[in-house]
Amino acid sequence: MVEQQAKVNLKSGLQARQAALFVQEANRHAADIFLQKDDKKVNAKSIMGIMSLALAHGTPVILSASGDDEDQALSNLIQLIEVEE
Amino acid sequence: MALDQVSTKDIIEALHLTLISGEEGIGRHILTSDISRPGLEMAGYFTHYPAERVQLLGKTELSFYELLSEEIQIDRMNKLCSKETPAIIVSHDMEVPKALVEASKKHQVPVLTTKLPTTRFSSQLTNYLESRLAPSTAMHGVLVDIYGIGVLLTGKSGVGKSETALELIKKGHRLVADDCVEIRQEGESLIGSAPPLINHLLEIRGLGIIDIMTLFGASAVRKHKRISLVVDLEIWDSEKTYDRLGLETETLKIIDTELPKLTIPVRPGRNLSDIIEVAAMNHRLKTLGVNAAEEFSKRLNRVIEEKDESGLK
Repeated sequence: MVEQQAKVNLKSGLQARQAALFVQEANRHAADIFLQKDDKKVNAKSIMGIMSLALAHGTPVILSASGDDEDQALSNLIQLIEVEE
Repeated sequence: MALDQVSTKDIIEALHLTLISGEEGIGRHILTSDISRPGLEMAGYFTHYPAERVQLLGKTELSFYELLSEEIQIDRMNKLCSKETPAIIVSHDMEVPKALVEASKKHQVPVLTTKLPTTRFSSQLTNYLESRLAPSTAMHGVLVDIYGIGVLLTGKSGVGKSETALELIKKGHRLVADDCVEIRQEGESLIGSAPPLINHLLEIRGLGIIDIMTLFGASAVRKHKRISLVVDLEIWDSEKTYDRLGLETETLKIIDTELPKLTIPVRPGRNLSDIIEVAAMNHRLKTLGVNAAEEFSKRLNRVIEEKDESGLK
């Protein structure tokens, strides 16, 4: 299992469309991926879970993945939320 | 897209007209649903005479015509019977002027009469011509009326359109057409119906052709229905991403009209008839002004904004 800290850099946070993109990307990977904010941990492949966190700009999160492509999954997803738009 | 050909013979049959003269011309085609009432032409003004339209002579035109001298009467009627004119109709069961009969024989323009008053007949004829001349097409798919919403199910052969339709019928919805849907555009709406030959029939693999009206009764079928929603069924493709939010609306253009379209992946364990039933209800809800996806998105944005301001920046 790999784990990494990240920060939401998207200017307006993870809005519905971005959340859908994030979940879509997560679903491309075989690894089990989780996203944690404070003490809430949700499955990164579940759109309702991700959106329920309402991730604003600047929110620190922890992404974790376990499975064959865990490293790839983590770096791709971190790229998605850390991009500044 | 095909345009129906309407000839003078068709309107004689459909509107119960009596043919007085000019029988040679009943094969003439009517190309427009506009009707002309040649009042000014009776007065001699033929500069903008819309000869390609059906000409309708009512009481006003004919009583004015009676005031003319015989020589002028013959001239006007000869001009009226142009080689494009599909028909000249006299309403109110009035007697057809002799000069018109002569001219119609000479130029082979059919002259018809109706018992109806001019305005009533005029609107009947317009309605008939508009529906016959409406642009039309045929599509592969199944049309079902779900809670009053016309839903066109499309998708490749064998994806389960007819089976889904059967489930919907069992739930109390109505079949309009299976396999081939004839669609005509009337004004802003697309009206779908079944080709007469396959009316009320459904084909289910393994069963063959079944008659829905005989099996389920008159409440299970409908003659025609305005199409409001297209649901495209496709075998689940793991490479493809399907709409998860419902914020974006895909559309499908049929003739000149754009219809909202949903793509629904088919996979064992997904109850298609339930999903489509809900899709129809959700479409109805949207037309009533409730869009769950948009409202949720707004709510989410509000929460995100609040958090953003609370010092995390």
